[in-house]
Amino acid sequence: MPNMRPDKNPMPSQAPDVRNKNFLEVALGYDAETAIDEAKRCLHCKNKPCTSGCPVQIDIPAFIAQVAEGNFEEAYQIIAKSSSLPAVCGRVCPQETQCEGKCVRGIKNEPVGIGRLERFVADYHNAHSTEKPQRPASNGHKVAVVGSGPSGLTCAGDLAKKGYDVTIFEALHLAGGVLVYGIPEFRLPKAIVQKEIDGLKDLGVKVDTNVVIGKSLTVDELMQEEGFEAVFIGSGAGLPRFMNIPGESLNGVYSANEFLTRVNLMKAYKEGSATPIEHAKNVAVVGGGNVAMDAARCAKRLGAENVYIVYRRSREELPARAEEVEHAEEEGIIFKLLSNPVEILGDDDFLVKGIKCMEMELGEPDASGRRRPVPKPDCTFTLDVDCVIMSIGTSPNPLIKSTTKGLEVNSHGGIIVDEHEMTTKEGVYAGGDAVTGAATVILAMGAGKKAAASIDAYIQAKSSK
Amino acid sequence: MYKIISKRELNPTVTEMVVEAPFVAKKAQPGQFIILRVDENGERIPLTVAGYDREAGTVTIIFQIVGATTKLLNMKNAGDCLQDFVGPLGRPTETEGIQKVAIVGGGVGCAIAWPVAKKLHEEGAEVHSIVGFRSKDLLILEDEFKACSDKLVVMTDDGSYGQQGVVTKALEELIQSGEKYDRVIAIGPLIMMKFVCQLTKKYNIDTVVSMNPIMVDGTGMCGGCRLTVGGVTKFACVDGPDFDGHQVDFDEAMKRGAMYKSFEREASCNLFKQEVQE
Repeated sequence: MPNMRPDKNPMPSQAPDVRNKNFLEVALGYDAETAIDEAKRCLHCKNKPCTSGCPVQIDIPAFIAQVAEGNFEEAYQIIAKSSSLPAVCGRVCPQETQCEGKCVRGIKNEPVGIGRLERFVADYHNAHSTEKPQRPASNGHKVAVVGSGPSGLTCAGDLAKKGYDVTIFEALHLAGGVLVYGIPEFRLPKAIVQKEIDGLKDLGVKVDTNVVIGKSLTVDELMQEEGFEAVFIGSGAGLPRFMNIPGESLNGVYSANEFLTRVNLMKAYKEGSATPIEHAKNVAVVGGGNVAMDAARCAKRLGAENVYIVYRRSREELPARAEEVEHAEEEGIIFKLLSNPVEILGDDDFLVKGIKCMEMELGEPDASGRRRPVPKPDCTFTLDVDCVIMSIGTSPNPLIKSTTKGLEVNSHGGIIVDEHEMTTKEGVYAGGDAVTGAATVILAMGAGKKAAASIDAYIQAKSSK
Repeated sequence: MYKIISKRELNPTVTEMVVEAPFVAKKAQPGQFIILRVDENGERIPLTVAGYDREAGTVTIIFQIVGATTKLLNMKNAGDCLQDFVGPLGRPTETEGIQKVAIVGGGVGCAIAWPVAKKLHEEGAEVHSIVGFRSKDLLILEDEFKACSDKLVVMTDDGSYGQQGVVTKALEELIQSGEKYDRVIAIGPLIMMKFVCQLTKKYNIDTVVSMNPIMVDGTGMCGGCRLTVGGVTKFACVDGPDFDGHQVDFDEAMKRGAMYKSFEREASCNLFKQEVQE
């Protein structure tokens, strides 16, 4: 008999007023007993709607059945067939709109905690397994992967499992993309990312850091001179947008990318770090996505007294995950909704001293179907802040497009691909944010997985001729 | 890891290092830069490519010891390794179509100006170089400039070598004596580049400057290096580092450059403390 309790087992977490002063992981994870109990809530539906909601199609009921029996390593092996980064996905996927959003238990009650179970299983494996994955026999074909974020890592992992000789080229000094420079330690410990990347290396994947494709080497050179038969571009959407309002050059105005890179990748939150960061007292974060929540929560942890989220629409439209918004609120982040900045104010020393905003109201729905925010007449207010973090989105970096012959992009700078993730250039595939613009980790992984299958089919067809 | 092949003291505060970095050496052009980290806990700092040997796979950097990281870098010796070394980054200096050029270098900026002068000289342009230093003991690369310049003027603030005065004085004298330059290329402290631009604006001479804002990644993903050029926000790491000097907002760039001053002083102190402990 399944466990028919209506609610998910709650996630043990650090208390809000403790965790908002440290960078340790907020959510502490299930223990074995809780995991087994939660697993028993699964009804084992025949048509597996949860699996259809997972972009990498993990056989969810099968792994959960193993968890319910206490066979955690077996559960891991089932997940590993489909996912290269379960410890990451269990933590950062928006399960409410993916697997858990499709869970039958979720119709009347809370869905099964699939993400929490995936996380438990992956952490269990990482803590207990000493066996290195077996390196598959080489098939003699070379594939290059540009970018070591979620899409590149997934694509590389899938190809390596098929016997390809895969090299990942990464521009920064550490692999992981947004997993290392963007998502903070308190949501995704970097040791976990490193462990997953080490797992790929054990499979035979080579990771070359400090190589900027488009500068150090071009895509054409990879194919013509370095002997790669196919290239996957997973270079993400890392080009930050600014609002182009007065005062954006003031000292104390950051893009969320810069702020988070300093904090996460360069470890500026640590005492004695070589990379400086401003420890501001009052911070405004402009934007309402997950990145804005991450930046706000980092600012709080760096000692800010007041951290504001300034967002032009209402709470309903916040693009961030509900869970992240709740966590931010619990930690004392102040939400200034229906507010849009018009100017950043500075003092005589060129430092930020405030942000002037307009009050907004919601008008008619726009092209995206969301109600368009329009300014209320004569309603402005000023927040006294000494730091402003712009988190209003990013676009694909134009570097690869501008240095690769025959690679077409759309009007937003996203690389154009067909239904097999193939670009307009033969042998070159792309996926993740480089194609879609800023989206989620799991969608990037799904694209990486699909591209790996297409690359395999392409190379096999070519070499059988 | 990137091995230091050789190290040479150019003056008491400026060091030249040749580093093994074949990928960078293969592609580097004058005007481009690299980003390095000295060790695992280090920060990323940008340094201009002062030279390269494509055959040997080496890249030359020249740096001034100004703070914690450059101090740490200067403690490394030939045979030691640097943790990270990535490039070439930024756009190369445009030299096409220039027949007569004045290259103005200030202090350690001369290390960036020299490869540009060399390239223009090799391409057959008439190169007049004006290099300025505070005093004789800070002079660098004099022979190197001599070898690639049709005319070389050395200026020192205190007159201890060459002519006494600032570089703009020498440049204005050349212009007034009737030298007609297609372009002036100025590389050095912001204040020097600002004054060069004010001068050349007066004479309506096309002027390019190499900007040196604070950088983190150097690949266009953070905007920490942004500056205002012709009223538009540009990222120096991908749109530059070279810009039309008459369009650059130098006052803003100087204020942005000073953003972390207090932290930088403290970092230097911390480093010094560590040395004492060791």
